[in-house]
Amino acid sequence: MGGAGHETVARAREPARRDIGMLKRTDRIAFWVFAAATAVALSFLVFIISFVFVRGIPRVTWSFLTERPRDMGRAGGILPSIVGTIALTGLALLIGTPLGVATAVYLTEYTREGMSSRVIRFGAESLAGVPSIIFGLFGFLFFVIFLGFGWSILSGGLTLALMILPTIIRTSEEAIRAVPREYREISLSLGASRWQTVVHVVLPAALPGVITGVMLSLGRAVGETAAVIFTAGSSLRLPGSIMDPVRTLPVHFYVLAREGISMANAYGTATVLLATVLLIEIAANILIARFSGHAGRG
Amino acid sequence: MQGGGDGVFRMIRYSDFNYSYGAVCALRSLNLEIGKNELFTVMGPTGSGKTTMLRCLNRLNDVVPSGRHSGSLYLDGVDVYDPRVDVTVLRRRVGMVFALPAVLPTSIFENVAYGPRRAGERSKAALSETVERSLTAAALWEEVKDRLGERAETLSGGQQQRLALARVLALGPDVILLDEPTSGLDPISTLRIEDLLRELSRQYTIVLATHNPQQAARVGSRVGFLMLGELVEVAEAGDMFTRPRDPRTEAFVSGRLG
Repeated sequence: MGGAGHETVARAREPARRDIGMLKRTDRIAFWVFAAATAVALSFLVFIISFVFVRGIPRVTWSFLTERPRDMGRAGGILPSIVGTIALTGLALLIGTPLGVATAVYLTEYTREGMSSRVIRFGAESLAGVPSIIFGLFGFLFFVIFLGFGWSILSGGLTLALMILPTIIRTSEEAIRAVPREYREISLSLGASRWQTVVHVVLPAALPGVITGVMLSLGRAVGETAAVIFTAGSSLRLPGSIMDPVRTLPVHFYVLAREGISMANAYGTATVLLATVLLIEIAANILIARFSGHAGRG
Repeated sequence: MQGGGDGVFRMIRYSDFNYSYGAVCALRSLNLEIGKNELFTVMGPTGSGKTTMLRCLNRLNDVVPSGRHSGSLYLDGVDVYDPRVDVTVLRRRVGMVFALPAVLPTSIFENVAYGPRRAGERSKAALSETVERSLTAAALWEEVKDRLGERAETLSGGQQQRLALARVLALGPDVILLDEPTSGLDPISTLRIEDLLRELSRQYTIVLATHNPQQAARVGSRVGFLMLGELVEVAEAGDMFTRPRDPRTEAFVSGRLG
């Protein structure tokens, strides 16, 4: 009896030991699969960035950044496009951020989960999936034609604001939801109104997440081509007011490359654009690190 | 010791008070009087309705969509559910200390100044004075006076709870509610908070909720035993623990129920 029992135990153990060996092997294979996937993804990124930089950096000189283009962009610099890009994305953020954050606050703090909040959220999420050229078309028909803003920084900025709105709403909403319920209760229990609680406790605590969303949107807005070409035009002149048309960096790159005007200057423009996006990302990370260390102080 | 009986000024009175969350009844026909400057302890197992009882007093339960009440709840003779009551004013009169973690993500100074600031105090000097006075009353001033600008999360658990008390004292309240303020605290810090509560009860009406019968015995005030939304028994701590009248109370204080 005892012997038989022992044998059973021994037999039961053997496959288990084999399983552990197999698990170890699976683990090793999994490690290499994941590592390889990471390596492939990273090398593509590095390849694309260096492909552009190698061709573009020699073109990026001080005069390239500060001069107006001559001869359709074959010669001269890209100053109007830099100014135009800053104006357009700045306007888009100026309009999109307060609108998006306010919507997120409304959804999280002022409505109870129900039909209406679900509809609003579904609408915002659907908007996030709409191709940017559709936004461009809408912006063209509504802002440029119907409201008569023409091809201008205003039309382009409004269109971009609409385009980034879903991202800002969603990231802000997530950031606000992540604020511990205890903070709100403490604030209310100390005689703060709901509005005071939102302004003094909820938003400061959610700020790092909100900023992340805004920075993501900024990156997207800076590089946007399709929505902008229909609404801000492609003028090479330096804009004087928000009613003037502009040609943003991505549009300038598109025109230079597409019409075979100057590949060298196209790469120069692309380099400036890429470097800008990288700088925005770095700034975003620094800001996030600072705010998460000091959120709500003072 | 002051009871809620005749001749003593009543600060809090629950009168046939019921509270429910949707179909779940949290408090049923509660009748209880708590006198001015009394230290009253509500004890009961988790889910007995202690928190609900406290959160009706400062109407913090208003944020729960499914919450419904019936009956009356008086603070200083005024029904707190009267539509004319301004909840922000009510909450300044009825301060609350929560279980940990219970600090706002800001500096020690700003935690205490939060209530007065929201009430409209702008003068730096007045705020500094209130902060010092409140921290002193909460027996925390000496430990933090040189680091008021540091973040409140850097304080120990016991210090955080004294900070929470200071924050409430800065409101100039009549009543202080404490909902399991020592859960998660070490025994020494717990004793310190309990001493502080006895001290403060000379000037404030204090209602302490705890799931721990030993704490109720240590604090040694009048104690109410709450179970499944029903106030089973109210007695002086001494009587409650030596001669419980109800078998459920006896089961709870002897540790057979919890």
